[in-house]
Amino acid sequence: MSTAAPPEVQAAAVPGDGLAAAARAYFDKLRAGDVGSLPVFVALAAITIFFSAKSGVFFTAVNFDNLMVQMAGTAVMAIGVVFVLLLGEIDLSIGSVSGIGGVAVATFQQVGTGHNIGGGGAIVLAIAAGAVIGAIQGSFVALIGVPSFVVTLAGLLAFEGVILQRLGSEGVIGIQNNTVNNVANYFLPKNWGWGIAAAVALALVLTAAGGYWTRRRAGLVIGNVPLIVLRVVALAVITFGVVMICNHSRGVPFAGILVVGLVVFWTYVARRTTFGRHVYAVGGNPEAARRAGINVARIRILVFMISGAMAALGGIVFAARLSSVDLSAGSGTVLLDAISAAVIGGTSLFGGRGYVRAALLGALVIKTIENGLDLLGQTDWVKDVTTGVILLAAVTLDTVSRRRLQASGR
Amino acid sequence: MTAPVNDVPTLELRGVSKAFGSVQALKDVDFEVRDGEVMALVGDNGAGKSTLIKSIAGIHAFDEGEVLFDGEPVHIHGPKDAARLGIEVVYQDLALCDNLDVVQNMYLGREAHDALQRLNEPTMERRTAETLKSLSVTTISSVRQTVATLSGGQRQSVAVARSVMWNSRVVILDEPTAALGVAQTRQVLDLVRRLAEQGLAVVIISHNLHDVFEVADRITVLRLGRDVGVYERAKTTQQEIVGAITAGVPTKVAGIAGTGEEDV
Repeated sequence: MSTAAPPEVQAAAVPGDGLAAAARAYFDKLRAGDVGSLPVFVALAAITIFFSAKSGVFFTAVNFDNLMVQMAGTAVMAIGVVFVLLLGEIDLSIGSVSGIGGVAVATFQQVGTGHNIGGGGAIVLAIAAGAVIGAIQGSFVALIGVPSFVVTLAGLLAFEGVILQRLGSEGVIGIQNNTVNNVANYFLPKNWGWGIAAAVALALVLTAAGGYWTRRRAGLVIGNVPLIVLRVVALAVITFGVVMICNHSRGVPFAGILVVGLVVFWTYVARRTTFGRHVYAVGGNPEAARRAGINVARIRILVFMISGAMAALGGIVFAARLSSVDLSAGSGTVLLDAISAAVIGGTSLFGGRGYVRAALLGALVIKTIENGLDLLGQTDWVKDVTTGVILLAAVTLDTVSRRRLQASGR
Repeated sequence: MTAPVNDVPTLELRGVSKAFGSVQALKDVDFEVRDGEVMALVGDNGAGKSTLIKSIAGIHAFDEGEVLFDGEPVHIHGPKDAARLGIEVVYQDLALCDNLDVVQNMYLGREAHDALQRLNEPTMERRTAETLKSLSVTTISSVRQTVATLSGGQRQSVAVARSVMWNSRVVILDEPTAALGVAQTRQVLDLVRRLAEQGLAVVIISHNLHDVFEVADRITVLRLGRDVGVYERAKTTQQEIVGAITAGVPTKVAGIAGTGEEDV
């Protein structure tokens, strides 16, 4: 093992260059059951075409702006769900915790109640409250071994009780603080939108080029260069397209920037840090992780903290959108929307497989359907049944794909 | 094969004993392995093989006896002590994460970082490829495949490669060929041989005497918690080993074997 062998050992593994080779490799993956994000994109395209045909309002800039704000809270919460699912655990308390986040931010921002900490401070405190809740629940799971299903079910009930207690007889707290309300109601000036799009495109190019040069310098297999270029170009086009559509209406919503920023940040954590690597390891084989010297309990508690913090932040987005928080905060479909989003986006319920971007993709699917059905004047029962059917389809797909993956030894 | 060149055993146990309650799992056992040799550890179920390697790995502690590493007395109180000495155990159930790729598994728990504390993938990937190449593990086409896509023999190769990557001196393999097909058993046995050729001290536990005779330089036989003897592969036969496993008499305390201290 001490020999300085030249690293081109894996040269045999390169499946050939060019887009045709990439497409072939992709179809091989599909056949083996590794469907990745493909079903989501197909679903999104189908949904978009369907509602565009049915409603003249659906495919407009104004509605696109609305949709981004509508899905923001769910997408933020779903990011936390992705991490919990990667561990192979579940967090049923996130609905209630998002309510707690809303109540906390509304309480802390109130003027003249003794604590004068401003909107920013209120937001930070509310997120911290979510993280603390996650730490407590995670400790029960990781240190004592109580199943996460039960711990967080208890949390769901208990924190709903806390919301009832906090809102008391009035049942509602208004939010006057602009900083808080802007989370969901601020739209960036149009030039800023373009500026951000340009910055994103530049970052994409630099990241891809950086990765290319690092691997090249290390003498490693580079991968499929045309495919990398295609991916960068596609993402840049999507970015500019989104900004262009938003700028036809009120501009890019801050909530959209928040969601994309969080997806990028947490993707970095999941894929590029030791912590993220260990989350996948614990989700894949906890015993192997333990023997490799990983502190499994610490990883579990941290993941539940992420889940709690993201749930609280999602709750802040919901509260900001309504400029108030009432007894319905965190109830209804909030919990199931977030979990469905993560699963529909392609995160496996069995642990160890999934990407943070699933949160955004899944939230887009769910909220696009909701938005479209609203525009068609459909009632709640249609929305619920549709979302239920899509969730079942997504989980079925996950199960089937897992079986195929095992059968093909992937 | 080549006779051991080093006079001082890399790892030596002198008169070690271990009891679990009233059950005497190991009694006055001597064992040694030298650099560059493959030492097989054989014995029937309950002979004390697992207890012996778990104690070497620091999972149990010996009740009595001495452990010497490079001739120096050492105390192994936990898995970390064993790892610090360079003793690595590849357990039967491999302990790999199916959802991670080969590189990620090789570096699990000991990831390399760059200056910004990011995972240093290029370094990890290159060193993984180098390690596999130095062990002539050529059947793994890409180190970026997930372990789930690998065959049993390839997984065993990854587990073994992982154990030698960290300046290890002694590698202990627990039943590495169990549940493998003929061709894959071949791969793994070749790999075991190469570890010894690279100068490591290798201990292999196996029920399969055919495999043992193919790969081992010497064979230690345990029976009912006592060592029955050390045989040089070149000077013994499978019949002799089978006899030792089933009816061997302890070298040190003749006449005691089978007198009722059956362990479970």
